[in-house]
Amino acid sequence: MTLVREKTGCVVQIGDIPISLRTDDKKFLGLLRQRYAGFLSQSQPELELEFDLIDPSPVSDDDVRVRREGALWVLERGDFHARWDPLTGCGRVRQTANPYALDSVLRILHSLLLSARGGFLLHAASGICDGRAYLFSGVSGAGKTTLIRLAPSDVTLLTDEISYVRPGPNGYSAYGTPFSGELAKAGENTNAPVSALFFLAKGPGNRVDELAPAEAVRCLMRNILFFAENNELVEKLLATACDFAQKVPVRTLTFYPDSRVWDDIRNFEAIPAHA
Amino acid sequence: MPETYIARSSAIAARMLAGEMMVMNSMDSTFFTLNEVATAIWQAADGRTPLREIVRNRVCEQFDIDPDQAQTDAEQFVSELSQHGILLVSDQPLGDPHTPEAL
Repeated sequence: MTLVREKTGCVVQIGDIPISLRTDDKKFLGLLRQRYAGFLSQSQPELELEFDLIDPSPVSDDDVRVRREGALWVLERGDFHARWDPLTGCGRVRQTANPYALDSVLRILHSLLLSARGGFLLHAASGICDGRAYLFSGVSGAGKTTLIRLAPSDVTLLTDEISYVRPGPNGYSAYGTPFSGELAKAGENTNAPVSALFFLAKGPGNRVDELAPAEAVRCLMRNILFFAENNELVEKLLATACDFAQKVPVRTLTFYPDSRVWDDIRNFEAIPAHA
Repeated sequence: MPETYIARSSAIAARMLAGEMMVMNSMDSTFFTLNEVATAIWQAADGRTPLREIVRNRVCEQFDIDPDQAQTDAEQFVSELSQHGILLVSDQPLGDPHTPEAL
């Protein structure tokens, strides 16, 4: 009889942050390896999460709740409960063996990690074109997936749903993520300096408009993923959003959905924006 | 007529960018951009200075605004932000306000 089941795992590296995911369930480990195939890493992990699987619960419409309990962060939804200590980098997750719960835990964890490092997760599609990353944000239906579908073959997909942005020595960079939306396709595990952020709208033609700095920050804050009602976190994110809006061109892009829009994206710096 | 005292809530984040003050409520994510006059009132909301004095010394002196109109506008501004929990309002002096880093 086996009294102790040893936990094995894999290291998943998103946004250059390697996280060890450990479980004693081989089937779940297989699911992890399959889901994050392009993001598996041999790097020394910065953080470690241990998974305890629980039986599937009835479908829950619970909202995500993220709160501090002393030094710990507690992340909860109907299908998972996680506790993570930012000082030790270790955490424990009780969840059902479903990939959506897993994605949610990782997204929340990365949003917390990024906020401390001057970055953020953004509800946006992103891709690399001519060595530069472009972000396309907007509400559902604004055209994120449409724009990615229209991309020429030399554009590298970073994500069609959740963009990963963090500062580096040469400004802000966007990283690929495995978090997919309508396209149901993971992004490439690569990164590039951010050239521009566009807030999307569909229209009869293609047009790029300036956004006033405060309006750019307002739009940015509306689309940054953060889950905790925590003042320190919000202050940090607002400071990051202001810094980003000062360093990266933020525009609105009204576009007619055909491939010519990518010509305007490639050349947007050469085309004067409407003030 | 009783005085009105105003103080910034501790549950907000604020930042000045390109001459505009942005204020965000951490609890419900409501976001406000304040104009110059509103920013002057916001920055003077220390919980100890009566609103009437703020309007006289910080608004009427810096901006070319009719004093009665300035007082009416300030009361409306204070009422709106207090409804969103961004400003605390009392007829008694309030404690030390939250002082965001950027102010």
